[in-house]
Amino acid sequence: MLLEIKDLHAIIKSNGKEILKGINLTVNSGEVHAIMGPNGSGKSTLSSVLAGHPAYEVTGGEVIFNGKNLLELSPEDRSHEGLFLSFQYPVEIPGVSMTNFMRAAVNEHRAYKGEEALSASEFLKLMKSRSEYVELDSKLAGRAVNEGFSGGEKKRNEIFQMAMLEPKLSILDETDSGLDIDALRIVAGGVNKLKNADNASIVITHYQRLLDYIVPDFVHILYKGKIVKTAGKELALELEEKGYDWIKKELGE
Amino acid sequence: MDIVDKVTNEDYKYGFETQIETELFPKGISEDIVRMISKKKNEPEWMLEFRLEAFRYWKTQEMPHWAHLSIPEIDYQDIYYYAAPKSESSKNPDDVDPELLKTFDKLGIPLSEQKMLSGMAVDAVMDSVSVKTTQQEALAELGIIFCSIGEAIKNYPELVKKYLGTVVNYTDNFFAALNSAVFSDGTFVYIPKGVRCPMELSTYFRINAKGSGQFERTLIVVDDDSYVSYLEGCSAPMRDENQLHAAIVELVALENSEIKYSTVQNWYPGDKEGKGGIYNFVTKRALCKGTNSKVSWTQVETGSAITWKYPSCVLMGDNSVGEFYSVAVTNNFQQADTGTKMIHIGKNTRSRIVSKGISAGQSQNSYRGLVKVTANAENARNFSQCDSLLLGDRCGAHTFPYMEINNETAVVEHEATTSKISEDQVFYCNQRGIKTEDAIGLIVGGYAKEVINKLPMEFAVEAKNLLSVSLEGSVG
Amino acid sequence: MVEQTYKDIYNKFHDELLGNSPEVLNSVREEAFEVFERMGFPTMDQERYRRSNIPSLFEPEYGVNIKHLMVPINGQPFRCEVPGLHTYTFYVVNDVFASDVNKEEYNALKEKGVIFGSLKTIAEEHPELVKKYYAKIAPHKSEAVIAFNTTFAQDGFFVYVPKNVTIEKPIQLINVMHADFDFLANSRNLIILDEGAEAKVIVCDHSEKDRKFLSNRVTEIYIGKNARYSHHKMVDSARATTSIGGVYIKQMEGSTSNISDIVLNAGFVRNDVHIDLAEKYAETTLCGVCIGDEHDHIDNDTFIEHSASNCKSTELFKYILDDCAVGSFAGRILVDQDSQKTEAYQSNKNICSSTHAKMYTKPQLVIYADDVKCSHGATVGQIDDGALFYLRSRGISEKEAKMLLKLAFTNDIIEKIDIEALRNRIKVLVEKRFRGEQHRCTICNSCK
Repeated sequence: MLLEIKDLHAIIKSNGKEILKGINLTVNSGEVHAIMGPNGSGKSTLSSVLAGHPAYEVTGGEVIFNGKNLLELSPEDRSHEGLFLSFQYPVEIPGVSMTNFMRAAVNEHRAYKGEEALSASEFLKLMKSRSEYVELDSKLAGRAVNEGFSGGEKKRNEIFQMAMLEPKLSILDETDSGLDIDALRIVAGGVNKLKNADNASIVITHYQRLLDYIVPDFVHILYKGKIVKTAGKELALELEEKGYDWIKKELGE
Repeated sequence: MDIVDKVTNEDYKYGFETQIETELFPKGISEDIVRMISKKKNEPEWMLEFRLEAFRYWKTQEMPHWAHLSIPEIDYQDIYYYAAPKSESSKNPDDVDPELLKTFDKLGIPLSEQKMLSGMAVDAVMDSVSVKTTQQEALAELGIIFCSIGEAIKNYPELVKKYLGTVVNYTDNFFAALNSAVFSDGTFVYIPKGVRCPMELSTYFRINAKGSGQFERTLIVVDDDSYVSYLEGCSAPMRDENQLHAAIVELVALENSEIKYSTVQNWYPGDKEGKGGIYNFVTKRALCKGTNSKVSWTQVETGSAITWKYPSCVLMGDNSVGEFYSVAVTNNFQQADTGTKMIHIGKNTRSRIVSKGISAGQSQNSYRGLVKVTANAENARNFSQCDSLLLGDRCGAHTFPYMEINNETAVVEHEATTSKISEDQVFYCNQRGIKTEDAIGLIVGGYAKEVINKLPMEFAVEAKNLLSVSLEGSVG
Repeated sequence: MVEQTYKDIYNKFHDELLGNSPEVLNSVREEAFEVFERMGFPTMDQERYRRSNIPSLFEPEYGVNIKHLMVPINGQPFRCEVPGLHTYTFYVVNDVFASDVNKEEYNALKEKGVIFGSLKTIAEEHPELVKKYYAKIAPHKSEAVIAFNTTFAQDGFFVYVPKNVTIEKPIQLINVMHADFDFLANSRNLIILDEGAEAKVIVCDHSEKDRKFLSNRVTEIYIGKNARYSHHKMVDSARATTSIGGVYIKQMEGSTSNISDIVLNAGFVRNDVHIDLAEKYAETTLCGVCIGDEHDHIDNDTFIEHSASNCKSTELFKYILDDCAVGSFAGRILVDQDSQKTEAYQSNKNICSSTHAKMYTKPQLVIYADDVKCSHGATVGQIDDGALFYLRSRGISEKEAKMLLKLAFTNDIIEKIDIEALRNRIKVLVEKRFRGEQHRCTICNSCK
């Protein structure tokens, strides 16, 4: 078992509003899980809480990741343990070049595992090989992190970073939003190339179309802070056809 | 763009003089004059003491010269400190001299019952006295006090004593001391707990008497959970000599209350040669005393020969909010040094400053502002945007922001730009058939929009008109 | 009155001072003294000195090095090396000039017509040349600190670059405070670039840590028509050191200047920079990075005057303050009435990362022309939380992430330095400074 979420509750610190109201989810290595749901259901909050975003406070439940209590770990240690979040809105960091940014990240990961830092040439070689996963222009490496990147470039840049860090669990938060069909194919292609029996993904999306490219083993529907339905990939299609109102009806609303 | 002065200036349309007999005290200032003013107003002893203390302090002070202004020597002994239309002695408020009613009619401020603007209560002040206050009864039903400060001293001495001078002490500055000694009339507003004032309250200030100064005093206290929107307008006759206006406005906002204070300042600016006009040296300050209180200053400054004015907010209550929105236009030989101070003292206090300066002719227009975050003001936030637009190559636009940050959790940002009106935009309008003058009106209006939009509707229209009138003839 | 000590010194040692000094320097001395006598040191109630108490700096009884004595230095000569950069190196030890330029280099420069060396010596050898520029740019008649400097100035660095001559290698001027006792150093530099000339100067300020030092260094720079000049100063002083004075620049038509000020270790710094864009098409870039912690005090007062049309100025200053450090920035930009087509841009951004750090900023635009594009911005804040979290989510520790973001914060300014090797060196030094590692220049004797 890679990830086990048990009755997770979380609130927004600034206003005390409860967003996650008892999430249960188990993810094993080699699996792809899709989490779908209407706007405001708590999808992005779940990914932020798992990554340890300081704007949220966990008020109940537990999360075991890789045998460890995830909620006790700092955001960076969650990353070291192999949790990766592809941000819905990647942040611009003026002045920090992608190369410096990634080198710092990769070497800290290595240090956590007790490995030696990569030499400059080894690192650049790695950068080059991984950037091919998402057909990322090598010129981007010299630019500041996400600064002036187009929407598509930002998302490809997220998957590139995923390729660099080789996580055990990647959470793709609305990675498809704002992407045209070509960019979507490239991004999904990158994700699929990185998939193996030892890692897993949680794909958070509003639409079915990403799931044509990244085929899930399970589809969960998140609604009002809870997972209300779980099934195989056919659930996504059903949802696409009938819309979210169908779920509401089924819940008797 | 060539500067061709082809448009004839529209005359200052409020420049007429009312022919009415005026009661004047002798020129000059002394303890005797201060006593005379106090006596004339039948003031209690404590008020006289307040005045005398301020006067004694004033005598020890000198005119401040730090502003980016060139102020001619002012002879303080050559000013009438008390001037009042004679008919004021009539005690019946409905029996106002028809000449005065006509004057305010002409200014667009009808005072008679039939013509009164609905949704607005007006206190009309001419020279040193309040002539008429409308809608008082309707407001009184809600417990709202809206009257001249003179009446308030008589009728609500405890309230006045509690707050007068607590926001602007007489030691604050030279003009504050002068005002505290000789202030004549002005407006007092008290909104009791839990009342949202249903209409706009407003004061219209008119200087009429020759050689007089106007020293009004306004005090607005808004109690817990209450709200008021207050407007201030002003004008004066066209005269070759300069006249002094040194007012104090004090606002007190208690818990969860909000005050919106809007000014359209249209004192006579002097003629095209820079002759005459009002010296407008005003101290305006708000104390956000209660938690979650909010004060918002909006000003459209088009008049006065010299303006020295910094409506400020002392953000004492936690979570209190201060705002300052200003459009200041100077043309011909006008000078303005105006801006704000935001003093962050409470926790989580926020302030926002938007200042739009427009300079034309040979005028000088300065923004001067202070954002101060004291050591205990955790999580203070400020954003300031100060833009200057230049129309003409003989004018000046200056920006003097000060930031004093003593708490590391503060986030304070200031941005300022200065530029000439864009030729491309003007050309584009021209190409669509809009003449240059109108194009500038459009562009300036767009430039000032963020501030104008903060004004109550009736004022916004007037302000827009004022802007284009003030700038007429500035660009050909 | 702290001024009295210095007035007495001047009156008592007047003859000796004049006897030791060249006529050119003496010719304005009396006039400068009268100004100082009349004005005294600026006090904190003066707008431009609200954050720096100048009279108090002179309270320790330093005296003045009237006899112009060199304090001997033991051991190897100073080095302040920038890897990959060879420079012509000169020193001002306290207030006495010393050269470290070898014979070959010396002759090569001479052949080009470059006149350089000690201000004192050159003023004796070329009085007409020095007279033409000395005390003409720094306003000693209205600024008491400059008046003081002019009253007691005896020596410093001088360079004259003739018409259309380019000095390829940068000139490095190392100011060192070195003495076994508390010391006041008063030095004066004069840099002249004739029409079309080109030169780059690196200034390094160092001091030993055992003593209280006060330096008042005034530099005047004349940049002739179409000349190009760079001036990069790095301050790396001990905590007990106080530096005041400033750089005063006059730029002629079509000239370009690139000025930077990097304060790594401050002590107490009050630095004035005044750039007069006196003729059309002149351009300047003025930058600063100031890093302060403990009780450092960094006060920059800058003034860029657009006296002619079509000039361009860019000014960027950033402060990063920790502990109880106090930072003050004043940036005045004045655009004169007929200076049309002016472009002036100014930015001051600051990070306070402790409860007791204080930042005062005062950007000012004073504009009398209309066809201008001017803007300024100032911020005081902290490291962006969003960026910090993003880095941490990638496994970078909080401490490291903060460091990276601080470096990024200073980066755009350091990028403006137009000497690549120096730029790289400064990046390394700034990083070491943030890491709290050995951050001293390198083998420099004085810094050990």
